[in-house]
Amino acid sequence: MSAVKRGYLRPIDFKQGRVEMSHGSGGRAMAQLIDELFLEAFDNDWLRQLNDQACFAVTTGRMVIATDSHVVAPLFFPGGDIGCLSVHGTVNDVAMSGARPLYLSASFILEEGFPLSDLQRIVISMAEASREAGVPIVTGDTKVVEQGKADGVFITTTGVGVVPDGVNISGERARPGDRVLVSGTLGDHGVAILSFRENLAFETSIRSDTAALHRLVARMLEAVPDLHCLRDPTRGGLATTLNEFARQSSVGIRLHEKAIPVKREVAAACELLGLDPLYVANEGKLVAICARQDTDRLLEAMRSHPLGADAAVVGEVVEDPHHFVQLQTAFGGWRIVDWLSGEQLPRIC
Amino acid sequence: MRYVDEFRDGELARRIAGRIETEARTGRDYNLMEFCGGHTHAISRYGIADLLPPNIRMIHGPGCPVCVLPIGRIDNAIELAAQHKVTLCTYADTMRVPASDRSSLLKARARGADIRMIYSAADALRLALEQPEREVVFFAIGFETTTPPTALVIQEAAKLALPNFSVFCNHVLTPAAISSILESPQVRDIGAVPIHGFVGPAHVSCVIGSQPYEYFAEEYQRPVVIAGFEPLDVMQAIWMLVRQLNDGRAQVENEFTRAVTRDGNVRAKQLVADVFELRRSFEWRGLGEVPYSALRINARYARFDAEQRYGIGYRSVPDNKACECGAILRGAKQPRDCKLFGTVCTPENPMGSCMVSSEGACAAWYTYGRFRDASRAEVSQITTADST
Repeated sequence: MSAVKRGYLRPIDFKQGRVEMSHGSGGRAMAQLIDELFLEAFDNDWLRQLNDQACFAVTTGRMVIATDSHVVAPLFFPGGDIGCLSVHGTVNDVAMSGARPLYLSASFILEEGFPLSDLQRIVISMAEASREAGVPIVTGDTKVVEQGKADGVFITTTGVGVVPDGVNISGERARPGDRVLVSGTLGDHGVAILSFRENLAFETSIRSDTAALHRLVARMLEAVPDLHCLRDPTRGGLATTLNEFARQSSVGIRLHEKAIPVKREVAAACELLGLDPLYVANEGKLVAICARQDTDRLLEAMRSHPLGADAAVVGEVVEDPHHFVQLQTAFGGWRIVDWLSGEQLPRIC
Repeated sequence: MRYVDEFRDGELARRIAGRIETEARTGRDYNLMEFCGGHTHAISRYGIADLLPPNIRMIHGPGCPVCVLPIGRIDNAIELAAQHKVTLCTYADTMRVPASDRSSLLKARARGADIRMIYSAADALRLALEQPEREVVFFAIGFETTTPPTALVIQEAAKLALPNFSVFCNHVLTPAAISSILESPQVRDIGAVPIHGFVGPAHVSCVIGSQPYEYFAEEYQRPVVIAGFEPLDVMQAIWMLVRQLNDGRAQVENEFTRAVTRDGNVRAKQLVADVFELRRSFEWRGLGEVPYSALRINARYARFDAEQRYGIGYRSVPDNKACECGAILRGAKQPRDCKLFGTVCTPENPMGSCMVSSEGACAAWYTYGRFRDASRAEVSQITTADST
């Protein structure tokens, strides 16, 4: 039940209103914001208790916890916004352990002056993403900082989940002979964000691939319970994820450029900007490594799910004392796919 | 992707590689310098070296605009942003170029300077229009390719009589750099670095045409083949150079006929002539002072010259003593010959300029080619194991 008596309050003006310092001060304004915005949107039994924490029964087995902060600019981009991204990002981090995600927490840092209409749009998008994923947001926090001390809104989400028995996914389990699979086209999210940045407006139909992948993971585990490695190639893209695997497992990885799915528009945008799609961020894709004999079954399972329709086998794990990720180019030569140095910066000519 | 995939066809590449292999004479070396960073990038990124016989060696030249920018000019740019408090607009590549005292534009920005990464000169002009209260300076760098757009925004600013816009001009000229390399004692007199031929610039040649290279071919008796930046362009150019060298010819040939003519882009050249004039001398990182090798804004547009507006004085700063960027840019050494390479000098922490841009010889080797010999041997072992 709400602690605030509705009859005495003028409803929040979500059309014209802006975030004020009082929205984070712990007083009546904050309670009203929680009531009329967060509770309204995220509505569930745990939140309705209005406690500072959510209490739930512990199941048997192994639990996982993951946290992720979201500071994306622009806040709204083709195919999504910071709201659904903050749900998908953490659901995916939990799911990449093979776990079934159960609950989320959400913490907001709001900049004074941020339009309440935008905040509402973001919160509704989060609520939809959480409902669609079947993972409720059960506790949260809101802080407001003075104008200029944040960039509109920052959202940190934390997720917990439970790993089914018999599943043991870890970045250190890649073995020579294993195969590397990706769940779909690479670079969509990064290019969608870039295309929308104010100083780089080029017309494009590319949309972010932001999506919750836990159901795809569940289907993969049904087909191949002994998945070796699983990760979502977000910042730093496929190249970074594979370098992480190579280092953790003390192996090398060979990729085949021709096998790597990249949308034509994404390839063209990267070409124009001097970027390499292997390093561009994804928010709805995963990389999996499995034993060679499980490859076909895994690929089939992935392709049977809408989020894995374009899945492909892109390479294999090899012995390599240098732990290099190497790529056979479509041209025929070989090159190293190294860790990214600093930010990926566009080339001049 | 149309107009791109055609130039990256692996099957065609193997056919050209076969011809190069057949025609390159055993018992002689073919040391070919690709002048442009774009070629260096293509060679590394597509693994072109894997497709060439061992007696064809590609020497990475100085044509990476970021690599040849001397420390002193980066210091000047930081001075503009940090001390004169201007909004400094720059191409992304320059952000990480090491300046004096372990600084860089990226670090200056972290300390509070207003430095913006832009994609085109027009973005800088737009920023000046949008923020009339701020002084906006465009940090213009690059070869002949990026010069016409700079000229255009200066003309535009003059038309608009924009009071808060100026350009810190660092545009350099390709022919002067090639001359400087060919005139360097190591190449010309001692013959320590025999450069037998050049893969000529792609985009630069679109602007200046193929005619300016005729002098080198004639005077220094070195064949030049102008080539596009796609890997098949480079393969084709190498094949054409091998043929010229076998025939004893030293001509300018144009592989990049889809974009380059003998006279180049006449309108672009007029634009540049209207706004810029030759500098008597300009310091290049790695090559030192090179006479008549750069442009400055002429008297007509002097009010848009940031050097004049802010009284910027140039102070040359020597590179780290152990840094071999100079010798590498002249083709006298390879990245792995440098003591700093891969130890204290890495793409994360570049000491020398060749490590900064992915077009730089050191960064390209570090990122794409490091331990190539070792890893190739392993790959072939594994391939054999796999097929059994």
